Amino acid sequence: MTLKLFTLLLQAAISTVAISLISIAVGFAIAILISAAMISKKPIYVFPARLFVSFFRGVPLLVQLLLIYTLLPVIGLNVPSIVAAIVGMSLCTAAYQAENLRGGFESVPRGLIEAAEVTGLNPRQTFFRIRVPIALRLTFPALINEAIMILKSSSLVSVVGIIELTKMAQDLASSTYLPIPIFATAGLIYLVINSAVALIGRFAERSLGGAST
Amino acid sequence: MSLPAIAITKLVKRFGDSTVLQDIDLEIPEGKVSCLIGPSGSGKSTLLRCLAFLEESTSGMITINGEALGFFETPNGKRERLPDTQIRAVRAKTGMVFQQFNLWPHMTALGNVSEALKTVHKLPKRQAEERAMAQLRKVGLENRANHYPSQLSGGQQQRVAIARALALEPKIMLFDEPTSALDPELTGEVLNVMRDLAAEGMTMVVVTHEIGFAATVANQISFLDHGRLLFSGPPSEIFAKPRHPRLDQFLDTYLDRGASMLA
Repeated sequence: MTLKLFTLLLQAAISTVAISLISIAVGFAIAILISAAMISKKPIYVFPARLFVSFFRGVPLLVQLLLIYTLLPVIGLNVPSIVAAIVGMSLCTAAYQAENLRGGFESVPRGLIEAAEVTGLNPRQTFFRIRVPIALRLTFPALINEAIMILKSSSLVSVVGIIELTKMAQDLASSTYLPIPIFATAGLIYLVINSAVALIGRFAERSLGGAST
Repeated sequence: MSLPAIAITKLVKRFGDSTVLQDIDLEIPEGKVSCLIGPSGSGKSTLLRCLAFLEESTSGMITINGEALGFFETPNGKRERLPDTQIRAVRAKTGMVFQQFNLWPHMTALGNVSEALKTVHKLPKRQAEERAMAQLRKVGLENRANHYPSQLSGGQQQRVAIARALALEPKIMLFDEPTSALDPELTGEVLNVMRDLAAEGMTMVVVTHEIGFAATVANQISFLDHGRLLFSGPPSEIFAKPRHPRLDQFLDTYLDRGASMLA
């Protein structure tokens, strides 16, 4: 295990983190819309949202990635594989985050929404000013959980040809015949990244502490 | 005789098969305190929630300062829902205070009070916060402006909730059991704020179990039972003996709630 190998692993870890963070953020934006659709009580919104969630939760991420990677060129979108990877991961995490958020929205006490109503906020203002921030606080631990899951699942994007941490470790292991130190180091890097995410999450949660229900 | 602040005519509210309010007729005078009392399940909170348009009545009409709230009934009995913009305009005449305070937990006291000024009335942040601060001062919580609801006592939270409603300069304040969720030693501070408000001439409709408050502050007390308005009048009249037997029975259960002076 040389410094050169370690540097290569770290560089690959940057891809892992970048792909994961972008997917979590994009997935979150999609999840807000999907969960809003699910709580809308209007079948024309609820049904497609449910369909979306059941598909992206029910099909393995690996299959989703392969499907998206092969499907995009067929429908005329020739995008680099990194885009296909981010699209796949974003849609998948969006499904999970949407379910979390829906639970959060439904746990916002009815009275807080009534208070918004009687102070004159319209439904859109109530959604963005009251429901979203409160639901977010309620679901924050689940969001951090999901971020960690996505960081780990990102190892799957190697199937569409992206060299991230796991793939790099595999390649290095087979070319150097040093699998154990290399995989152990890769595992350690994942652990450090995820511990940092958990730590940031806990810190953020505490700084929201005064605002808990 | 000036226009009543609120006029309720033949109001009916049904939830499915059960009738919660039956033919309520009531006028609430301007600048006076009107208390709604009655046993739980009598419909008093539902009536107040109808006034805030948090519940939509099944039939009948409510007017606020002469303007129809939510629905308009023609003399031949046809009922029409008014457009949302109009509903919002009439609702803006009232402010509502809830039993559970319902402060938004992610905003400070100041944030709670200034929120609608910023998002609904589009006041610049500074101006909104100045107005909010003035309301917090009024309820004696200027020095708690930057506290989150979870850092405040129940009594303080309810005072912030009152400030939040007052900041929008309503003509009428609606209170739904404002002290019922409070420890007994915290009810006083809330009732005092309400007394001050009454002394300023605010029109107030208060659903309450605080019979002592009702007897001393209210100008009008209405007694509801099983969805019906049994009687309504000034406290001197309705508490005078001989009383309505149903009220006597009700008061018996409240002797330990500050009503002993009326026994």
